Amino acid sequence: MSVAAARCLTSGTACFVGIGLPSTAANLARRTHAPDLWMIYESGTLGTAPSTLPLSIGDGVLADTADTVVSVPEIFNYWLQPGRIDVGFLGAAQIDKYANINTTVIGDYDAPSVRLPGAGGAPEIAASCREVVVIARQNPRTFVETVDFITSVGHGGGPESRQRLGLHGAGPSRVITDMGILEPDPETRELTLVSVHPGATTEQARDATGWDLATLPQPATTPVPTPEELTVLRSLTG
Amino acid sequence: MPVPLDEGISELVHDGDTVALEGFTHLIPVEAGHEIIRQGRRELTLVRMTPDIVYDRMIGAGCARKLVFSWGGNPGVGSLHRFRDAVGNGWPAPLEVEEHSHAGMANRYAAGASGLPFAVLRGYTGTDLRHPGIATVTCPFTGEELTAVPALNPDVTIVHAQRADRAGNVQLWGITGVQKEAVLAAHRAIATVEEIVDELDPVPGQVLLPGRLFAAVCAVPYGARPSYAHGYYIRDNAAYQQWDAISRDRQEFTRWLAENVHSGARSAEEGEGRR
Repeated sequence: MSVAAARCLTSGTACFVGIGLPSTAANLARRTHAPDLWMIYESGTLGTAPSTLPLSIGDGVLADTADTVVSVPEIFNYWLQPGRIDVGFLGAAQIDKYANINTTVIGDYDAPSVRLPGAGGAPEIAASCREVVVIARQNPRTFVETVDFITSVGHGGGPESRQRLGLHGAGPSRVITDMGILEPDPETRELTLVSVHPGATTEQARDATGWDLATLPQPATTPVPTPEELTVLRSLTG
Repeated sequence: MPVPLDEGISELVHDGDTVALEGFTHLIPVEAGHEIIRQGRRELTLVRMTPDIVYDRMIGAGCARKLVFSWGGNPGVGSLHRFRDAVGNGWPAPLEVEEHSHAGMANRYAAGASGLPFAVLRGYTGTDLRHPGIATVTCPFTGEELTAVPALNPDVTIVHAQRADRAGNVQLWGITGVQKEAVLAAHRAIATVEEIVDELDPVPGQVLLPGRLFAAVCAVPYGARPSYAHGYYIRDNAAYQQWDAISRDRQEFTRWLAENVHSGARSAEEGEGRR
């Protein structure tokens, strides 16, 4: 999953990185095929190149290795909002077939069964980055027909939704899971299984999804990780 | 100008106040939060972009009536269990929440610092983040519909920084978060600092907050632990991980609070050993 996500990133790209799996994938990309990946964390570190994976988005190693460190109002107002960031990299507690994301509550907002951390930087990352890559483990609890709370907008209610809302970025271009790769259908904007990871099947991916998952007639098989990718990944995650 | 922490808190933080302790993962004023717990403040509206373990402790200790925030978790670890217990079960007291995004909170402070009634941003559109603290406004020039959020002007903002001089000028650097805006937006501000020096040596990327902004500046070495102070000490990641187990259980939490906060057990010697 981390390897497939890392491959979405190209050298020279400006990438807004969230902590956890997105951070692992971005750091893997920078150490393999994308040495000039320009990584940004919402704590204000621009162009950071940490020697170890940061435990939090404000880890000191991010500031030590950054091109520059800016304030939080600056990162959101001057860098993210005008569309200077190419790719936003987000996780999800729940995601629906239009790639709308919930990281706020499971259940009713006023009496939730699980209270999650909340929005953080995600709503504006999802709105303003030129494109968004989501990384999440695929299971029916996470991949749900309807998210309990829209924290960050994906493709809203379908075609033209983002345009109607006035969102400037193009929205989620890919969802990377532990089973495969999903992309929005060009017409319907519904997430469609386009690639299956080695060891997983289309049927497993459909079973792990809480709606009737669309698939390409012949989904691709995700290329296996190279020895170099695995070595670097293991060195990062210890 | 420098005053002891207990004196600064007792004079400037009152029951019912809106209080912001800021510091974006770095320079979190943890010891100031502990002093507020020790002094038994109640009915506070706690404001913070990322209420992490210091707010978990303050909420669990019963200081808070309301939380205004944008991301409430134990960074890199998981959930805040005292926060969840207060929201879900009203223990030790019910907690009202008002939640925003980071961009919304940052702009609310910026409006407060600017003396404006609200801030404008492109955000929130299409999300379920909807409450009286979020509205829309139409651009008078282009007709575009934008999000408006009200200015945030805390009664008291508390920040932690690396250094101050004897006149109370405060110098901080590294990840500088939203501290500058939060101080400028506040009616009263308190800085706790690692050390008070005769003269401040300039540092790359520093933010200098003139002494006139502060009602109190307090020397509190290791005042950000278990977060960190760039150039002084690193983040105690193990403490964040251990907090998960301590905070899961009400009795365990209460015992921890008695031993580590109410006893006033924290000493300079203990801190020295960790430098």
